[in-house]
Amino acid sequence: MAALKALLARDLSLAFRRGADTAMGLVFFVVALSLFPFGVGASPDILARIGAGVIWVVALLAVLLTLDRLWQADFEDGSLELILLSPAPLELLVVVKCLAHWLTSGLLLVVASPLLALLMNLPTEGWWALPLALLLGTPTLTLIGSIGAALLLGSRRGSVLIALLVLPLYVPVLIFGVAAVEGVLMGLSGAAPLLILGAILLAALALTPFATAAALRLALE
Amino acid sequence: MHAYANPLRFQRIADAVFPWTAWATVLLAPVALWFALVVAPADYQQGEAYRIIYVHVPAAWMSMFCYLFVAVGSAVGLIWRHPLAEVAARAAAPVGAVFTAIALVTGSLWGKPMWGTWWVWDARLTSVLILFFLYLGYIALHDAFEDPARGARAASILALVGVVNIPIIKFSVDWWNTLHQPSSILRMGGPALDPSMLWPLLLMALVFKLYFVTVVILRMRAQLTERRIRNLRLSAAAA
Repeated sequence: MAALKALLARDLSLAFRRGADTAMGLVFFVVALSLFPFGVGASPDILARIGAGVIWVVALLAVLLTLDRLWQADFEDGSLELILLSPAPLELLVVVKCLAHWLTSGLLLVVASPLLALLMNLPTEGWWALPLALLLGTPTLTLIGSIGAALLLGSRRGSVLIALLVLPLYVPVLIFGVAAVEGVLMGLSGAAPLLILGAILLAALALTPFATAAALRLALE
Repeated sequence: MHAYANPLRFQRIADAVFPWTAWATVLLAPVALWFALVVAPADYQQGEAYRIIYVHVPAAWMSMFCYLFVAVGSAVGLIWRHPLAEVAARAAAPVGAVFTAIALVTGSLWGKPMWGTWWVWDARLTSVLILFFLYLGYIALHDAFEDPARGARAASILALVGVVNIPIIKFSVDWWNTLHQPSSILRMGGPALDPSMLWPLLLMALVFKLYFVTVVILRMRAQLTERRIRNLRLSAAAA
């Protein structure tokens, strides 16, 4: 337990002191989104119609962009080997690392999303649904992404490949995340897709740490 | 199971099986095509255009079968460190990717006259497209490392993670009401296809399967030879 807490505190303080790096995902989120009005035209009803989907896609890419932070630095300076030597089960350590990563990437997107909903002219009924869907969806993105990031440790062209490995697996989260927001905008309750997002999160939380741990052991063999 | 891990024994078995599957593929393919394109009756609704199912459906079946083959091979390779299982998985992946591409392309060609569009983002089409990307990811990850053994193991983990997509593809047409028709062969109450159309389809599926076995044996042999050459070169360099 103490080891898990220490790891969480270490990762959070590292992320906090490298503030500019940590904020990169958030900056990308805002900048990439602001390109869409130039691309599709600034007409408010077009933006409102595509808003939920565009915000979700950009959130996916923003998380993807931050994934190499998860293992790469620890792999390079050797601290990953020390983490593996710890008596605590590696699967739990993976969950803690993912939690620290999500607190410094996904959570920022959740907090910023109402502002982006405003920029995309999303109707006000969707303003609570979007952050809630992102809150349930972004931890899954980190967990799934942790597998891809761990698999690519020590490879020749990791940064390009990660998109190919991880994005196909992100599709279910995207489908139900957008369905929740659009359902609410159309006057439905949105509960069903939100529950499915929660179910995906629980399944990912239960299963992905084993795959990630296997990939980490392989990387340090 | 490890009795078959010996590459020499595998070579012997493969050498015995290979001529049979190769000749069966070559001889059965024209017969199956003849039945599919000439003997089978035209559809009362779709006319002659429906005949594309004789390529489309077996290719789609094979796309999922190959992925399961890759996944099982990867699991056996990871769990028991079975050396040939990884080779088999690696050999099957590009074959599966091509079957997936064929299923997507023929489906698109069929969709144009029937649905009036080349492509729709419905659940079945999208999940098969994702399957195609998973194949590409598996192949790319295999080649992304200096050490081939490391690439093989990393790709194996990815293959197992990607298995979640297979039930999604299979049941997508039942879970979502979409443009793609639901399953008409393996369903409650027997096939919805007339026997005169069903038999050529099953024959084509058999030809596809024989082709798969033939090509996988060829590719496995090539990989084993490649590995032997690399080992010889390494020992020559060390000496």
